Amino acid sequence: MPTAASPVEPAICVRDLVVGFGDHIVLDHLSLDVHRGEILGFVGGSGSGKSVLLRTIIGLLPKRQGSIEVLGINMDEAGDRERHAIERRWGVLFQQGALFSSLTALQNVQFPMREYLDLSDRLLREIALAKLEMVGLDAGDGDKLPAELSGGMTKRVALARALALDPEIVFLDEPTSGLDPIAAGDFDELIKTLQQTLGLTVFMVTHDLESLNAVCDRVAALADGRVIAAGPMAEMLRSQHPWMNAYFQGKRAHVLARTPSRLGA
Amino acid sequence: MTQTPHLTGAVRDGCLELAAAGSWTAGHANELELLVEDVARQSTSAESATINMREIAAFDTYGAWLLERLGRAWQAHGREVHVLELPKRYEGVLAEMHATNRKTERKPTSENRLVRALETTGRTVAGLGRDLVVFVNMLGALGEALIKVLRRPRTFRLTSAVHHLDRVAWQAVPIILLITFLIGGIIAQQGFFHFRKFGADAYVVDMVGILVLREIGVLIVAIMVAGRSGSSYTAELGSMKMREEIDALRTMGVDPVEILLLPRVIALVLALPLLTFLGSMAALYGGGLVAWAYGGMAPEIFIARLREAISVTHFEVGMIKAPFMALAIGVVACSEGLKVEGSAESLGLQTTTSVVKSIFLVIVLDGLFAIFFASIGM
Repeated sequence: MPTAASPVEPAICVRDLVVGFGDHIVLDHLSLDVHRGEILGFVGGSGSGKSVLLRTIIGLLPKRQGSIEVLGINMDEAGDRERHAIERRWGVLFQQGALFSSLTALQNVQFPMREYLDLSDRLLREIALAKLEMVGLDAGDGDKLPAELSGGMTKRVALARALALDPEIVFLDEPTSGLDPIAAGDFDELIKTLQQTLGLTVFMVTHDLESLNAVCDRVAALADGRVIAAGPMAEMLRSQHPWMNAYFQGKRAHVLARTPSRLGA
Repeated sequence: MTQTPHLTGAVRDGCLELAAAGSWTAGHANELELLVEDVARQSTSAESATINMREIAAFDTYGAWLLERLGRAWQAHGREVHVLELPKRYEGVLAEMHATNRKTERKPTSENRLVRALETTGRTVAGLGRDLVVFVNMLGALGEALIKVLRRPRTFRLTSAVHHLDRVAWQAVPIILLITFLIGGIIAQQGFFHFRKFGADAYVVDMVGILVLREIGVLIVAIMVAGRSGSSYTAELGSMKMREEIDALRTMGVDPVEILLLPRVIALVLALPLLTFLGSMAALYGGGLVAWAYGGMAPEIFIARLREAISVTHFEVGMIKAPFMALAIGVVACSEGLKVEGSAESLGLQTTTSVVKSIFLVIVLDGLFAIFFASIGM
């Protein structure tokens, strides 16, 4: 739901967040802002805690310290009802899609609608089909079970499900992992178009340098449990931090030099 | 923040002028649909219509789709529709919705109920035939793997077999003992209760002994094992199949039948006779205890009567059946496990099927053995 809010107002505001398992501290006094209407790419080495941050923000993991504010509401102080209202305003795309394996693609998209909205069968079907078409699937794919979908299609259905309630924030956990470069490129483009038409705020955990370059307005980098840098891609490339250098100037990053921002920021 | 949606208007110069207001969003989709349906049904003489969107407070895909649907409904009646003054930031959503739901849906063909019933019956019968093929196939694959292993005994997965033997035999001992003990006791109690009317107390021992050793002991244990171990085999193999572990083994040139199925089935074939023996003893013990406590028959008399009533033949009949039943359970469990496909539901379905089929087969086998033993006079 696009709102007239100023673009710099944070949609998500994380302050001094500490998360750990046993005596292993994963996130150490981490602070991060995600502005409204932007696509934030979140990078970090494998096991550095990117997904942990995502799962902590959406409330799947407990935190030890710090505060998380989503859409202006502090998640600790929020009551059950407020939390529920916030949960309705975000959508999550899990890494493996997390589609319900016993429901068809269409039923998967309809699931949150059935839970939260009181819609007629006709509207339910039409909206769900519209969502599937928005993410580039065919109406005929709606009757397939998750087991019959390819990796790319699974991600698309999962995205359609994440968008089912027209959320304001979308969390994407490695949306392009496991996709071939063409499919990944298409998916990036899809995210960008949807973000623009629906006015979404997107928090994207990714490893894909290509998609960071192509779709992200800002990039935040995680190392040693903290955000070591956040800003537009160009700024990231100039950074002198050794880890950032290795990440953005490494062998695999040379493609960035050749392909200037494909879709524009 | 959210406001009730409105859609009001009047006909002016043959043109229906509508003005929209409020939140055209998911939260109000229900009221909005009624509103739109209402307007769509209005049979006005208006040749064209305009919808002014200036006053709307919020707009999302739900609102956009309903607006689009209204437009299409009118266009189907040959009227022109124009959307006016839609705030710029919402134009993308409307354009997106304009492109969707274009294909006319094919209606599912409704069939005759009788035809459908016949079709289901036909498919079930064909399925039974296929099941038989799968069973024989699995039996053959296991036989082949066994021959291979016998030729080169070093390739046998002894550790795996011992591990499964521990799970299906050793760990099953307490529950098997308890259940067969109780069953033995119940048979004895019922025997005394009813036989007493004829003064035939002494024959209770014959009944308990023959019944337990020939039929009940092995049958109860086989059913327990089918439910306990057959189901876990199916679930294990099924989830391995789901996660492509079995395909991974194949690509490494390792025969999954040899390393996954054979040790499991061998463990089962060894376990069931052992458990049957223990179960039968527990049942006799239970019978004896009830005879003593309820029937007033001293243990020495019970044992003496037992010695007269039963022979080794009865014991053999029970024990011979055990490995065959184990084989049936193992083969069904393995072949059902390998039938599992992608979804969690399929795993549950195959596990259920596995237990139902193996219990059914165990009872059928028992019947066949009864006929066989009767005809050879055992």
